[in-house]
Amino acid sequence: MENITKPLILSSSPHFHSRYTTEQAMKEVALACLPAAAAGIWFFGLQALLVMILCIAGALASEYLCRRMMSKPVTLKDGSAVITGLLLALCLPPALPLWIAFLGGAFAIVIGKQVFGGLGQNIFNPAHIGRAILVASFPVQMTTWSPARGMLANASTMATPALVDATTSATPMALMKTGAMDQLPALGQVIIGQVGGCIGETSVIAILLGGLFLIFRKHVDWRIPTAYLGTVLVLTTVFGTVKGYGMMYPIYQLSSGGLMLGAFFMATDWVTSPVTKKGRLVFGLGLGILTCLIRFFGGLAEGVCYSILLMNILTPMIDRYTKGRIYGGSGKEGKPA
Amino acid sequence: MKYERKTFPGGTHIIDYKGFTNSLETVAAEAPVRAYIPMSMHIGAPSRPLVEIGEEVKMGQKVAESQGFVSVPAHASVSGKVVAIHRMPIPNGRMVDTIVIENDFRDEWLTPLRQLPRDTVNAMDKAALQAKVLEAGVVGMGGATFPSHVKYVVPQDGKKVEVIILNGIECEPFLTADHRLMLEQPEKIISGLKYLLRMTDCQRGVIAIEENKMDAFELMIKLTENEPQIETVVCMEKYPQGSEKQLINAITGKEVPPGGLPIDVGVLVNNVATAAAIADAVEWEKPLIDRIVTLNGNAIKKPMNYRVRIGTLYEDLIAQSGGVIGETVKIISGGPMMGFAVYSTAIPVMKGTSGILVFNEESHVLKRETEGPCVRCARCVDACPMRLEPTTLMKAAKKSDWNRAKEYDITSCMECGCCSYVCPSMIPLVQYIRLAKQYVMSKDGNGAVNPFLV
Repeated sequence: MENITKPLILSSSPHFHSRYTTEQAMKEVALACLPAAAAGIWFFGLQALLVMILCIAGALASEYLCRRMMSKPVTLKDGSAVITGLLLALCLPPALPLWIAFLGGAFAIVIGKQVFGGLGQNIFNPAHIGRAILVASFPVQMTTWSPARGMLANASTMATPALVDATTSATPMALMKTGAMDQLPALGQVIIGQVGGCIGETSVIAILLGGLFLIFRKHVDWRIPTAYLGTVLVLTTVFGTVKGYGMMYPIYQLSSGGLMLGAFFMATDWVTSPVTKKGRLVFGLGLGILTCLIRFFGGLAEGVCYSILLMNILTPMIDRYTKGRIYGGSGKEGKPA
Repeated sequence: MKYERKTFPGGTHIIDYKGFTNSLETVAAEAPVRAYIPMSMHIGAPSRPLVEIGEEVKMGQKVAESQGFVSVPAHASVSGKVVAIHRMPIPNGRMVDTIVIENDFRDEWLTPLRQLPRDTVNAMDKAALQAKVLEAGVVGMGGATFPSHVKYVVPQDGKKVEVIILNGIECEPFLTADHRLMLEQPEKIISGLKYLLRMTDCQRGVIAIEENKMDAFELMIKLTENEPQIETVVCMEKYPQGSEKQLINAITGKEVPPGGLPIDVGVLVNNVATAAAIADAVEWEKPLIDRIVTLNGNAIKKPMNYRVRIGTLYEDLIAQSGGVIGETVKIISGGPMMGFAVYSTAIPVMKGTSGILVFNEESHVLKRETEGPCVRCARCVDACPMRLEPTTLMKAAKKSDWNRAKEYDITSCMECGCCSYVCPSMIPLVQYIRLAKQYVMSKDGNGAVNPFLV
């Protein structure tokens, strides 16, 4: 044929691709983070925005340096470092000194991801590794909560002269830990996020908006958040009833602390969660149990971060034991969908 | 009118690129100057040539006979003189003995083509029908090219055929050959199905059509209204809906066991084009010497379906269709998901050639990014219609971990390519799996070193 001058391209089938790439997926995850980030900036002001910027800057800078030092291709373009930095910022207190935020971003990337070999190789959720390191290193700064905009300075707010611009504010988590149910803010405030807490963790509405978008776009399997939140709902109902904390206790437990952000954005991290469907249910169940154990009986008020890190360790094992029945394999006969 | 859409778990939606060619009448392609008849147009033992160089042959004359049970004869698709018998490449790249017939353009049939009287056809018993199918050299025309008579003889060993499914799904993008056939010759497909039912004493025939061919579906519904044994169903538009195992699952809810055959669950599946070829074989005693081929791809000036004589070279068909636009960089025989990229245009159309896709460098379809790391998104796991874990298999393949590959049922992979299609990191998953599978299935599949990847 006259129109062929070079050898024809030979390749093994399929010769076709969906055009959907990891970069695109990261962009959509970033988009899903926006409502929670926006709520954080609204309630906690410019300081929250600066924490986010510094976290992302720390993540990007360390990613770049690590790749250069390891003589590996620089992978800033895939967007995963931005996501890690942003997710880390969302679970940090708004009043955090900015240099700590930068350090957190760097820890998340270096210790959380690059030491394992980069994207796809990490065992733990990098953002939560960053957070865990900061909690261990800077316990005071990591538990200093500034009040949200428009929040009533009620009995739970106490002024500390040492911190000039911040009146520290007890979070709903801390109040529930001490059993001070009567001092909890109104449920409406908790749902929109007008309470003390981490930048992106307070607004249930904003997190749900982003989370449901991720489920709708099939980035996130509904199984993990559903199993996680369902388990917490059941266990807190039982615990609340036993303790006599009242009907609203489970609702406050679900909407407070890092649970919502954790269930939709952290536990569902592709790299560190199981690939099998059954495994994702087991994963969510384990998360729920661990979170409640820490919240009820642990020394900390909040347990989402550590539960996710602990369950990350179990992910390979969960995958191994939840291998599905293949088409035509022995077991129950498959039904058409 | 609403119909229940059948489907199977898993799979993925693929842009189908079927527009345009699906609304154009099939055109009869010119007979080639030389017809190239390969001895291996089917799965099984190659046919043995019956003619010698210099011999005159007529159209429809048997030029090669089947060798063994899983084999079929081949017939001359033109009348003329045998000028050579030599090895030449076929679409999958293998070199095969091929009979070359120079066309005298008289199209003289060995016995003039005529329709057998109804009574004669109705009087045929099972063995007679099976013999007609074998004699006509009919093979599965969806691409697998399994000799059709074999499927209908095997059930004699005590297995009962409960349902025969005609596959009118055509889930590969670009291809519309079966679609056009269903629109243009639906009666032939239906009578072919009736012969199949008669051959197996089966009481239920199902014609399955994908929902992107509603015109063909509605036509078929109308034509099978008064056929108590035959029903027409619509299947969801999803790849690989037309895969035999997935289609069986969608229609009957059953699953073929690993390593088993459809007959193990009482089902036989044939392509609609195969049914039409069987009708021709029985009613006209016409051997399989032509088929419908979709010519498409961004380099083709006039994409269209052609009725092509078996043995026509790809380049002859492309040239008579009006040629190509730009520099041709890739040619695919079959569909883009499971077809073969060919290295030459001097290869013949065979019984299983459903399409020829020609692409120039502007085609965005063929662009391939470099492979990235697996991010464990599990899109491949969700898409795998065999419910395997392609990512686990891919990693086992890379590490030459054959035990892990076997543990995760690598031999059940049917290489549909869904995993590679959906992977956001552009990992050629099925290609890795294919290599590992070949090794695992080979004689020395217990070796420690991966011969393909070191």
